[in-house]
Amino acid sequence: MSRRLPEQHPSRRKVLAGGLAGLGAMGLAGGLSGCGSPLAAGVAGTPLNPDSVTFWNLFGGGDGARLQTMLEEYRKQQGSPDSLTAATFAWGNPYYTKVVLATLGNKPPDVAVAHATRATILAQAGLLEPITEDLLGLAGLSSSSFTKSVWEAGKVGSSYYTIPLDTHPYVLFFNKQVCQQAGLLDGNGKLAPIQGKDAFEAALTAIAGVTGGAAWSASNVGDTSGSWRLFQTLYWQMDGATDFLGDDGQELTVNEELALATMAYIGDLAKRGLLTPTVDYAGAGTQLYTGKVGFQTQGEWEITTAQSVEGFEFGMVPIPQIFDVPAAQGDSHTFILPKMDRTDAQKELAMGFVKSLLDQSLTWAQGGHVPALTATLESAEYKALEPQADYAAAAEIAKYDPPGWYSGSGSTFENTVGSQIGLVQQQLATPQQALDAIKVQLRTYLETPSPVAGTTANA
Amino acid sequence: MTSITAAPAPSATTPQQAPRARRTDAKAGWLFVAPFAFFYLLFLIAPTIYMIVSSFFNTSLVQGGLGSFAGFANYAEMFGREDFWSSMWHTLQFTIYTTPPLVVLSFVIAVLANRVQRGQWFFRLAFFLPYVLPSATISLIWVYIFTPDTGLWPWLEQLVGLSPTAVLADPSLAMVGIAIATIWWTIGFNFVLYLAGLQDIPRELYEAAATDGATPWQQIRFITIPLLGRTTTLLVLLQIIASLKIFDQVYLMTQGGPGISTQVALTLIANVGFTDNRIGAASAASVLLFIVIIVIAVARQLMERRSERSA
Repeated sequence: MSRRLPEQHPSRRKVLAGGLAGLGAMGLAGGLSGCGSPLAAGVAGTPLNPDSVTFWNLFGGGDGARLQTMLEEYRKQQGSPDSLTAATFAWGNPYYTKVVLATLGNKPPDVAVAHATRATILAQAGLLEPITEDLLGLAGLSSSSFTKSVWEAGKVGSSYYTIPLDTHPYVLFFNKQVCQQAGLLDGNGKLAPIQGKDAFEAALTAIAGVTGGAAWSASNVGDTSGSWRLFQTLYWQMDGATDFLGDDGQELTVNEELALATMAYIGDLAKRGLLTPTVDYAGAGTQLYTGKVGFQTQGEWEITTAQSVEGFEFGMVPIPQIFDVPAAQGDSHTFILPKMDRTDAQKELAMGFVKSLLDQSLTWAQGGHVPALTATLESAEYKALEPQADYAAAAEIAKYDPPGWYSGSGSTFENTVGSQIGLVQQQLATPQQALDAIKVQLRTYLETPSPVAGTTANA
Repeated sequence: MTSITAAPAPSATTPQQAPRARRTDAKAGWLFVAPFAFFYLLFLIAPTIYMIVSSFFNTSLVQGGLGSFAGFANYAEMFGREDFWSSMWHTLQFTIYTTPPLVVLSFVIAVLANRVQRGQWFFRLAFFLPYVLPSATISLIWVYIFTPDTGLWPWLEQLVGLSPTAVLADPSLAMVGIAIATIWWTIGFNFVLYLAGLQDIPRELYEAAATDGATPWQQIRFITIPLLGRTTTLLVLLQIIASLKIFDQVYLMTQGGPGISTQVALTLIANVGFTDNRIGAASAASVLLFIVIIVIAVARQLMERRSERSA
C-alpha cells in the first residue's frame, strides 16, 4: 500500500466522479437524452455540452420577452436548439449573489448580464475576466464600437470588464389622450416642451383637471429602486449636486441641502395631490394606461408593457428639466464573462454569442433601451423608431449610481435611500427624518472597508 | 426515562452476559444512527463550528480563507448597529404577534370544529389547506390582497366607507400584515394537533360534568383546557422557535421594508453574508441569534421542569 505512488492511481475523487458519471450515463442520462443530460453532467462535474453557451440574465417583464426573441435568433443561427442554455433570475441583489456564488464555486455561466454599476464591484472582487481588445477582436469588435462613456463605465484599475449592451435612463411616459385634453400636445401629437418648475407644475395641474385625481404616477411601494431613480433624477437637476457617496462608498458626500430640497419637492407634490402618494410598480403603470394620470416616470423598458395595452396611445420623452440642468438617473446593461479557466474555443463561443446579441441591438432598442453599439445608435433604422428616438438624448444626461461596494442598481444603497424617499412621498416621513434614517442606516457601510477591494490584486 | 431503566431488569438473571449484550446493542445503535450522524456532522455541526470561528475574522465571501483576525470587532459592530437591534426586536415583535393568536385561535376553532356533528371533514380541510401551500404562494396571495388602491383589502375598506390603507407600505402596519398572512397560513397545523388532543378526551368526563350541572364554558375551563395542557406547551415551544426563524414571508412580501421596519434577524444575516459578502460579520450576528434561541429554549425547559415537579 505505502509504496504506491498516488499519481499512478486515479484519485479517490476521480474514481468517485467516474463511477457516478457511469451511473449517470446508464441510469439517468440513458432515460433522458444521451450525454447532454444536465443531471448526469451535474453529477459528474463535466460541462453540459462543449458547444453550448450558458447565459444568465435578470430580464423580466417586457425585457424578458424581447430577450427570448433574440435568444431564439441565436439558436437559429447556430442551427441547434441545444446551442444555448439561458436562465433568468430574480432582479437585484439575489441575482448578483447567484453570480458571485456560482463563480466562487467554479460553476459560472459562460456569459452573464450585469449592470455597469454592479459589474465594477464584481470586477473588484476578482470575479470577472478582463475584456481586452483581443477578446473583442474575436467577435469583430473593438472598444471604439461602443459609446465612449458607456464603455468607460466598465473600467476598474487599468482594465475593462464589461461589453456594454445599452443605456437605460429613467424617462417620462405620457398618456396622449389625457395630455391632449389637458392641452399639452403640439400639432404632431407630441408633448410640447416643458421647461422649469412653473411650467412643469402648470402641466401637472392641467392634467389633474382632466383626471380629477393625481397627475403623475411614480412607484414607491415595494419599489425602492424606483424611488431612488426619481430622487437621483431630480437631485442632479439642481446646480451644486454632488455624488451621494465618495471614496468608493466610504464617505457621505451628498449635498444635504439639495437632498432635503429634492425630498421636500417630492413630498410636496404628493401632498398637493399631483403625484401619487402610494402606488406600487405595476399600479403606477396601470394608472397611466387607464388614464388616471397623464404622466408616469419609469425606466424606458416599460415601453413593451405599454405597447401591449390595447388601444393605449402614449409617448415618451426625457424627464423635463424642472430645475437648473437636465439630468436623469440611468444605468447600463452589459455582458460580463465570469472568471473561470477558459479554452480558446470557449472564449470564441462566448464572444460569438455576445456578438449575436449585439448584432440584434435594434431589436433590443425596440424594447426601449438606448443601444451602446454606435453603429446601431447612429443607424437610420434606430432614428426612425418612435417613441424610442424621442428620448434617446436622455442617455447622454444619464446619472449613474455613485460608486461603492454596496451601491449600484438594485443594491443595498438603493434600497436604503429609496425606501426613505418612498416614505416621504407617502407623507410618512419628513425629509429631515428620512435623511437622518438614511445616515444612520448607511453608517455601518460607510465605516466598513470594502470586503471586495484588493482582491483583484491578489487574484 | 422509565422504560430505559426498566430494560436491563430481565437480564439480571444472567449477569455475565449483560455487558456484552449491551455493547452489541450499542454498536447496532450507532450503526443505525450513522447515516444521520454523518449528515448531521457535515451539514450542521461543522458549519456551526465554522460560523463560530469565522465570527472572529473579517471573512469575506469573495476571498479565500478566513481573512484577517478581527477579535470581537464583528460582535462590537453588531452591538453598535441600530439595524441589528431593530431586526432583533422585529423578530421578537413577529413572535409576539403570531404565537398567542396561533395558539389561542387554533384552540378556539378546534373546539368549534370538534362540536360539529356532520361534515367535520370540511372544516378540517378548510383550516388545514393553507398549511400545505408553499410560502411563496402565500406571500403572493397576501401581497395581492394588500396591494395599495387595487388590492382586495383596500377595496373592502372602500366598500365600507373607510379610506384605504397600504398595509405593507406602512412601517407601523407592515409587520401586522406579515403576521396575519402567517397566522392564516400556519394555523392549520396547530388546529390539527388540538383536534387530535380533543378527540382523546373521554366523553364520559363531559357527561359527568354535565350531570353535575357544569355549563359548557365550565366544561372547557375545567376539563378541556387542563387536559390539553401538554399539547399547549408543545405548541407554544414549536411556535416560538418557528417564529424566531421567520424569513420567507418577510423576504417575499416586504424585503424587510418599508425602510428596515420589517427587517428580521435572518434577513439581516442573509443580507450581510450574501449581499455584502461579509461572512465574518454575518456569522457574528448568527451566533448572537443562536444564543438568544438557546436561552429561550433553556428557560422554557426550566419552566417546564418546575411545573412538572409541582404537578
